[in-house]
Amino acid sequence: MSEEKILQVEDLKTYFRTDEGTVKAVDGVSFSLGRKESLGIVGESGSGKSVTNQSLLRLIPSPPGKIVGGSVKLEGVDILKLPKSKLRNIRGNKISMIFQDPMTSLNPFLKISTQMIETIMLHQHEDKKTAREHSIEMLRMVGLPKPERRIDNYPHQFSGGMRQRVMIAMALSCKPQVLIADEPTTALDVTIQAQILEIMQDLSDRLGTALIMITHDLGVVAGLCDRIAVMYAGRIVEEADTEVLFEEPQHPYTQGLISSVPRLDKKTGKKLSSIPGQPPNLIDLPDCCPFYPRCPHVMDICKNKYPNEVKTEVGSSTRRVSCWLYS
Amino acid sequence: MKHDVLLETKDLKMHFPIEDGIIFKRKVGAIRAVDGVDLTLRKGETLGVVGESGCGKSTTARAISQLYQPTSGEVIFEGTDLTKLSQFELLKTRRQIQMVFQDPYASLNPRMVVNDIIREPLDIYRNRRLLDMDRKEMEAKVENLMERVGLSRYFKNRYPHEFSGGQRQRIGIARSLALNPRVILADEPVSALDVSIQAQILNLFLELQEEFDLTYMFIAHDLSVIEYVSNRVAVMYLGKVVEIADSKSLYKQPLHPYTKALFSAAPIPDPKVERTRKRIVLEGDVPAPDQERFGCYFYDRCPHRMDVCKKNVPELLEVDTDHKVACYLYFTQEQKSRLN
Repeated sequence: MSEEKILQVEDLKTYFRTDEGTVKAVDGVSFSLGRKESLGIVGESGSGKSVTNQSLLRLIPSPPGKIVGGSVKLEGVDILKLPKSKLRNIRGNKISMIFQDPMTSLNPFLKISTQMIETIMLHQHEDKKTAREHSIEMLRMVGLPKPERRIDNYPHQFSGGMRQRVMIAMALSCKPQVLIADEPTTALDVTIQAQILEIMQDLSDRLGTALIMITHDLGVVAGLCDRIAVMYAGRIVEEADTEVLFEEPQHPYTQGLISSVPRLDKKTGKKLSSIPGQPPNLIDLPDCCPFYPRCPHVMDICKNKYPNEVKTEVGSSTRRVSCWLYS
Repeated sequence: MKHDVLLETKDLKMHFPIEDGIIFKRKVGAIRAVDGVDLTLRKGETLGVVGESGCGKSTTARAISQLYQPTSGEVIFEGTDLTKLSQFELLKTRRQIQMVFQDPYASLNPRMVVNDIIREPLDIYRNRRLLDMDRKEMEAKVENLMERVGLSRYFKNRYPHEFSGGQRQRIGIARSLALNPRVILADEPVSALDVSIQAQILNLFLELQEEFDLTYMFIAHDLSVIEYVSNRVAVMYLGKVVEIADSKSLYKQPLHPYTKALFSAAPIPDPKVERTRKRIVLEGDVPAPDQERFGCYFYDRCPHRMDVCKKNVPELLEVDTDHKVACYLYFTQEQKSRLN
């Protein structure tokens, strides 16, 4: 199994210093990603899912943020230890990213062609003419109508869904090994979301790209991802294969999350179960289970110590959970 | 079965002018945000309104509550047309219709403490001698409301920024209840919240409805949320209602091609269902609402478009009990022949 892992993240810690204290936005996150695998990272706002993935490419503004520990190995090379000059070869080339808001992640002053050709020329060492043809080909693959003409438009001339297509084309133009998508469809309407998800799935299959999908929407990852990691207060509390996770979630937070989403296909007529309280403040969190104030199964030990990770084998894969109920 | 209609809109239109010129503005066009909406709100029900961004669902709510002066059409609340009332008369009637807004960060004044925010509607009506309440009673009312929506009354001297998103939405709900309204227009009240908090607020809405005998118009873009709270659901597209039915039959058997596509596009949090079901993926985007349309508003994206759809706008027709749809696929031969 391990030889097929392309990305290995171990004990990643990213802290932010603020006037009130240190915010442990990511506090010991480990996961790995196999070739062509798709991993969903789910969590609520402030759970550290975006910071985790920005840390992978060292996109954390410093100060106030700092990656204080851990390693991120891409094919055995630790990204966190690379000099800045080498980092360039990875960003946008081996690992590329799609952001939530396609308006703010494209440069409004530059034509789409300029932005795409620049990337391709830099990483793929193509000349301008072939880079342009390559760009048009990518835009055609994501289903942009009349790409030969549209490539010379500015970002504001596209709708939200079309802009996100351009982002996907740009991100995949260098055939990266890993594509990180940070809430790529949150700003879009459902019918457009369906189009974008279909394109992402289709293209990453065809190009053999591994996918990390960050979202707060359990419905989006259910259809798209092979594995799902659930984050809470800066840590992964549970990770399992998609079917396994939805079938029998182990961590009380995952259970709460799944049952608090109203289901379109099943009218229960019952009251929606909700998780009481709200996510904790991440400043100076004590070494306890951060979920204990909201947990229905809280025990004494939960208030004193963070639970160890328990790994179990389910079929051909492992699942892990951090909860005292299972230790 | 006859239902008690509490509030009704008739051919409601809300057009926003597009202006040109620097000093002398002239009208060069109009954004047809709401373009002829007929809705009825029955006593004690929840009417869900779904649609994508720009389809006019929020504008409809605002035009009903007269936050916008509608371009044309009527809003009838218990027999009186709100669009024709004088300011003072409107104030008297409008205490029965209150709104809860989407963004709990933007809809609360950051310089007012919670106590003042919730009390403000009471003050307004008291100052105009429309409400008979002394200071003590008002204070008690605010405290009761806070406790009812799940906030400790010891928080009443705090500012909005000291609360989380979910708590702020609770403040907004308490404020909307202050005048004992009968209708609440909730405009995307949970879409800015995290899922675990969203469930808390949805449950609160349902509890309050039972307790205070409220009628809701509940706007959301999330179909599963709408399905959970609503008795009847209206689907909007480009400023028009394309289908309206009771929630069960709409979810079991959507008729309009747009409703079908919308439902099949909504992700379901279950990998087994998700991997087996078939999606209808629509082509293209929602067109801009700045032109007058002579055909069906959905014509450009519809997978079943016919010749008749190009030149005529289908009206909302009842095809089943409590199920209306605006689509020529469901017109009888006789109804179609009347067109030509």
